[in-house]
Parts: sequence; C-alpha cells; structure tokens
Amino acid sequence: MYSEKVMECFMNPQNVGEIENADGVGTVGNPRCGDIMKIYLKIEDNTIKDVKFKTFGCGAAIATSTMMTQMVKGKSIEEALKINNEAVAEALDGLPPVKMHCSCLAEEALQAALWNYAQKNQLSIEGLNPPPNYVAEEKGSTEEN
Amino acid sequence: MIYLDHAATTPVKPPVLEAMLPYFTEYYGNPSSVYKLAQRNKKTLDDARAVVARHLGAEPKEIFFTSGGTEADNWAIKGIAAALKEKGNHIITTNIEHHAVLHPCQHLEKLGFDVTYLEVDGDGLVTPEQVEQAIRAETILISIMYANNEIGTIMPIAEIGTVARAHGVVFHTDAVQAVGHLPIDVKAENIDLLSLSGHKFYGPKGIGALYVRRGVKLPSFLHGGGQERGKRPGTENVPGIVGLATAIDLAYQDLAVKTARIKTLRDYLIDRIFERIPYCRLNGHRHQRLANNVNFSFDFVEGESLLLLLDIEGIAASSGSACTSGSLDPSHVLLALGLPHEQAHGSIRFTLGEDNTQAELDLVLDKLPVFVERMRSMSPLYEDFVQKNS
Ligand code: FES
Repeated sequence: MYSEKVMECFMNPQNVGEIENADGVGTVGNPRCGDIMKIYLKIEDNTIKDVKFKTFGCGAAIATSTMMTQMVKGKSIEEALKINNEAVAEALDGLPPVKMHCSCLAEEALQAALWNYAQKNQLSIEGLNPPPNYVAEEKGSTEEN
Repeated sequence: MIYLDHAATTPVKPPVLEAMLPYFTEYYGNPSSVYKLAQRNKKTLDDARAVVARHLGAEPKEIFFTSGGTEADNWAIKGIAAALKEKGNHIITTNIEHHAVLHPCQHLEKLGFDVTYLEVDGDGLVTPEQVEQAIRAETILISIMYANNEIGTIMPIAEIGTVARAHGVVFHTDAVQAVGHLPIDVKAENIDLLSLSGHKFYGPKGIGALYVRRGVKLPSFLHGGGQERGKRPGTENVPGIVGLATAIDLAYQDLAVKTARIKTLRDYLIDRIFERIPYCRLNGHRHQRLANNVNFSFDFVEGESLLLLLDIEGIAASSGSACTSGSLDPSHVLLALGLPHEQAHGSIRFTLGEDNTQAELDLVLDKLPVFVERMRSMSPLYEDFVQKNS
C-alpha cells in the first residue's frame, strides 16, 4: 500500500533521536489517530542547523518524519515554514488517502518546535501560529496514563 | 513466508479444492432443474447440508447456506428484529462483537430498537449473570459471539444459552471463529441461531451458513427464487457448499489432537514473548482462549510499524491498530478491555494454523524483540518513560 519511497524512509529513518539543549522542542498528538511526534531543533542565525525526531506512529508517520526533517535541515525558518504536509507527501511519491493525515503530524510538530523556539526567545515569526495540537513541554510528559 | 494470520483467513486445503473442482466444469447443473445433471447436484446439496448439521449437532433442515459470516449475522439480527418487533424492541449484545454484528445493531438503533452493549471485563468476557440482568420484558434477541476474532477469548456460550432459554429470548451466536476449531453442540448449548464462515477453517471464501433452530421464525432476508426452502433465494453456490462441507469434515477430524498441538505452539510463543520483551501485555483471557490466538500489546510502540517490519522478513501477522484496517480508530475490542489508546494502537495478533512449526515461531521470536526495541528507540513515549524512571 505504500510507495517504495515511503518504505525506504521507513526502513532507513534519518534524523531519529534527541538534541541536548535544543533551541526548540515541539510535541504534537494526531487528533485523528492518537499518534505522537516530537521534534528537536538546533537553530543558529535563523537557520535550522540540526533537527531530530521521535515518533510513535505508523509507517507513514515515520516516513514523513524522516522526509520532513531532511527537507528542513539547513533551511531558514521562513523557508522551513513553507514546507507543508503536501510537499512532504509529494516528496514521498504520495501516501494512501487514509494516510494523508499522518503527514500533518510532521508539519505540526515542526511548527510546534518553532513556536517553542519563538516563545523562548520572545520572537515573533511571521506566518507562525500557535500550533493546534501542541503539547506543552513544561509538563515534561506526553503520556496520557 | 510465515503465515500467522489464520483468523483473517486460511488457505483452501488440497482435498477441499479437489472436491470442489468437478462442480465448476463437470457437475455444473443448477440444482433447481429437472434433468439428471441437475438432480445429482440436489443430492450433493442435501449431503453437504447433512455434514454441516452433524458437526453442529443440528438437523439438516436447520442449516441454510449463505454467502458467508457477514450475511449470516445480518440475516439473523435484522431478521429476528423484523419478526419480533411487535413483541419488543430490545437487543442484547457485547461491545467486542465483530462489525458484522455491531453495525447491524447500530442500524437497528436508528430504526428505533434499543440495544444494550454489555461491557466485557479485562479479559474480554461477559458473564451469564450480566446477560440475565440485562434481559427485560421487551428483549427479543441476545447476540453474543462464540469466540473473539482479535483476542481469542471464548465466551461462556452454554451458560448464556441456558439463561436465554430460561427467559424465552432468541439466542444468536456469531461462531465464525469457533466453528471448525471448537466442538459445538447447538442443542446442548441452547443456541437458536449460529453464523459460520467456510474460509476460517480451510474452506473457500464466499460461503457460510446460518443455523436456525426449528421453531424459530426467521423471515427471508433476500427475496427471489425458492432455493434453501425459499428462505435464502439465489442459485446455490454448489462448489462452495461442497468445499464448506468437506472443510468442516476435515476440521473436526482429530480435532482434539490438532488443538493440543497448536495450543502447545501458542503457549510456546506467549511464554517466550514474555521472556524476551519487557513491557508487554497479552490481550484476552490467558486460558479461555482459542488455541491458535496470540495477541500482544507492546508498550510505546505502534502496531502498524511492527507489522511492516515483520512483513519485510516474510512474516504475515495482523494488528488491532487502526492503520491496517483503513479506519483510524484503534481496535474497539482492545479499548473495551480497558487498554489506553497507545496500547490499543500497539497490538499485534498472531493466529496459528495447522501447518505452522516451532521453527517458524523461533524465527518470529528472533526478530520480534529486535523490532520492538528498534521502534522503542524511536518512540517519544519510550523516551519519556525512560526519563521518568531513571
Ligand atoms: S495512523 Fe497515526 S500517524 Fe499514521
């Protein structure tokens, strides 16, 4: 059901992990399926120097996490914000319709991490809105039980 | 390939296929016609009906062939609702039924029926007392599955049958996962209606049956010709029916021996998974479960990603995870057991078959811990868990 690209990204995920003392961290839950993604950003001079992710989700979620992190690495914040879920899905040669929502997870997690960065540094970034499914980092937990 | 999804479907056994083949090309007559070619098939149908009846403890006249389990369930539930709507509008079922039962019930709710969905316990069981307490004057039907397709839990059907009979309420059981795997006696267990499906016990797909106890008035679901004594019109699927009868016969041959062997394999797999993988949970009752069912939740891991990894190794299993079914909700069965969302999303079901070997399970046991570990290393939930516990 998945394209070869998706399977490739799923089998060889890139940028998995954590960044110590990250400049921005964002966790979002997918309201459709309950899956969860966390993004860590290292930002210097308005540029995304490094990005890592952790995902609790399906194959499509892991593949989009990989693809999205690859696409935003080295980009300026403004450029990164232009990369939406459709662009990520397209780069993966498409996703099954029922799996399109999985690609939103990556987009929203990135926005949440950038939002977190902006909050910390009291910046206002044009085009960046408070993410809808934002799980506040202060709680230090995304677990429900 | 290592096929561990026998609850989804089974391959047709060679003798079953062999029995069916002549009915496609040689004995293709329509059993309703008068000439010899056709009459021969009428006899074939009678014989097949008798075989199916014998294995259920029923009479041949009580067996009606259908297109499968879903049709049988729909017919039983909507049929009884239509037949008895003057008497009452209340139906009792459970919250872990197959969708072929749940969705007809939900449909009937829209038509004004009142449905009680009994809540199962953490092992997936309802008690006969729960059933009895739910019965009202208006109760017209109790529909409770024989054994659950996801978690393998076997319901106390005979006891529920006793309760239903004592209160004079029609009792239907969706026995799609049980027929061919468990000894069944519809008379002793006070079952009024029972659904079964051929492809769950090495028969062909597209054929099933509904047992309707003599005396239970069930209107036809389809309207047309006079087949199946007018109750289920449509030219009979003769090859399918022959296949179903042959398969059920084979299934009940040496059942105890086969069951014991598969159960040993099942327990081998369960015990070793517990040994090798921390933070996991066996879903369903430990003992009162189908001999071939193993269903685990692995904490912090989502099911579909595990399935994909297993598939790449040639291991076919299934998951209660939303992602495989095309719907996004986690398994209603696992949620009904009280599992939190993430655990319900992280389940894997292995259902063994007659041909599986211990060597195959050893391969699964080699790979699975590695895959779980790998997915955990990517999981934000695991990260939180480790942080909290360090
Ligand atoms: S199904 Fe949840 S992220 Fe894909």
